[in-house]
Amino acid sequence: MHLILFFLFAGFCLAGAINLLLQTHPINSALSLIVVMTSLAVLYLLLGAEFLAIAQIIVYAGAVMVLFTFVVMLLNAGREERTLGSRAASRVGFPAVVALFAVLSTILLRAQGLGSAHLGQGLTNAPGQSNLVLLSQVLFHELLLPFEVTSVLILIAILGAVALAHAEGSKTGGSERMAEK
Amino acid sequence: MTILEFFLWSLLKVAVVTVVMLLGIAYTVLLERKLVGRIQNRWGPSRVGPFGLLQPLVDGAKSFLKEDLIPTAVYRPIYLLAPILSLGCALISIAVVPFGANMGPHGFDLFEISNINIGLLVILGVTSMGVYGIALAGWSSNNKYSLLGSLRSSAQLISYELALGLSLVGVVLRAGSLNLRVIVEQQATLGIATWNIFGGFQFLAFFIYLMAAFAETNRSPFDLPEAESELTGGYHTEYSSMKFAMFFMAEYGNMINVGCVATLLFLGGWTSPLGNLMPPLQSTLVNALLPIFWFVLKVFLFLCLYVWVRGTLPRFRYDQLMNFGWRFLLPLAIVNIVGTSLWLAYR
Repeated sequence: MHLILFFLFAGFCLAGAINLLLQTHPINSALSLIVVMTSLAVLYLLLGAEFLAIAQIIVYAGAVMVLFTFVVMLLNAGREERTLGSRAASRVGFPAVVALFAVLSTILLRAQGLGSAHLGQGLTNAPGQSNLVLLSQVLFHELLLPFEVTSVLILIAILGAVALAHAEGSKTGGSERMAEK
Repeated sequence: MTILEFFLWSLLKVAVVTVVMLLGIAYTVLLERKLVGRIQNRWGPSRVGPFGLLQPLVDGAKSFLKEDLIPTAVYRPIYLLAPILSLGCALISIAVVPFGANMGPHGFDLFEISNINIGLLVILGVTSMGVYGIALAGWSSNNKYSLLGSLRSSAQLISYELALGLSLVGVVLRAGSLNLRVIVEQQATLGIATWNIFGGFQFLAFFIYLMAAFAETNRSPFDLPEAESELTGGYHTEYSSMKFAMFFMAEYGNMINVGCVATLLFLGGWTSPLGNLMPPLQSTLVNALLPIFWFVLKVFLFLCLYVWVRGTLPRFRYDQLMNFGWRFLLPLAIVNIVGTSLWLAYR
């Protein structure tokens, strides 16, 4: 059962990713990316990481991609044009992606202290324990400093966006806060 | 309970809940027309059936029989996908809403389609996906009014989603769980005195949720995406027949969803105003049906509030909308979170 679902949604995910590359219209590509992200969320769910799955949907599929489609709609972007750069990218891109994938998977497989998750089983050994609780324990006890540093980083990004918006002489409004997402 | 039994029971639940939800949507439309009619000193629909009670059925038949126009210059795949996406997202959320006490044969949850430990987040996630229906409808229609409507809608939904999510954090902090059943049961101990809106001191959060929810469902006074007077109908200008009806149903479905969430998080869910103070009755049937009565009553009152506001308040201007969301609701929600956390830490 889990295996069937895994292959189904892995298939969706790959099909979405390939479609994303083949489509020439930005809005179709954006929609394919949403398919990729939601299928990834289902894969997380199958591995027992329910919080990660729903966070993926809320943050990436629900918020980030809405901004993408919003910008595409606002700029009324047309079809993609073929330039020298894009042709070169399609030649070099595929070998580069294969190489990157190989390097990353080697590093991850060789890394010490990383366990493996199994389809249809929880991430933790204790059954019935929500991985939300464990995640927050790790995040707010062991990794508190990196967590806070990350939020400061995001705060700096917001300040930068506000400064840029003011430099252009525009008055205040909602737009500068959009960067917060 | 075998896999087959589980599957059949689940199928039954899904069928019943979907039918009830669709009927609820149809009669919410009637409720709105009746109530707005009374607010404006007229009767509202009164010809079809007693008190106009058969009006939704006639409206449905009319939508089916109307000619289905598709303008030539639309982007067809997305144009056809958008209403389905919109209605689908509106109907999915009810799957994680518990509307009665946890009871049934062999520990099977009879009054909730699926009881999961991230129920609240699932509702938020599905709601955030619902934006695409509106955004893509406006874009694919190839009409400037539609596009303006959907741009307004996307910006509005992104802005108010933040305030909406943050307003719920206080409740989650108090309950210590994202499971909707746990959140409701935590409010049941002393009845109305422990409902989150009163005993939990979350009335600020309730206020923020209410405002943000009105904006999220594109309802008056935040109905800028479909402002008739300036956009001829907004994102669904180019839709006709059943496709238009699907957007219409999605809007009312979202109203019901918002009512359900408000009931569960702030108004004690299916528990009675006396909560656990009232001893359970002898009859199993009454014990099963009474919670459903309370739940439906609370959602109904919430919907009446919705209609009342629609009948009373004028529409916001666009800059007022953005200022209200970002400069007032968002800081207020953060203040509520800090206040609730301090209170919980102090206790």
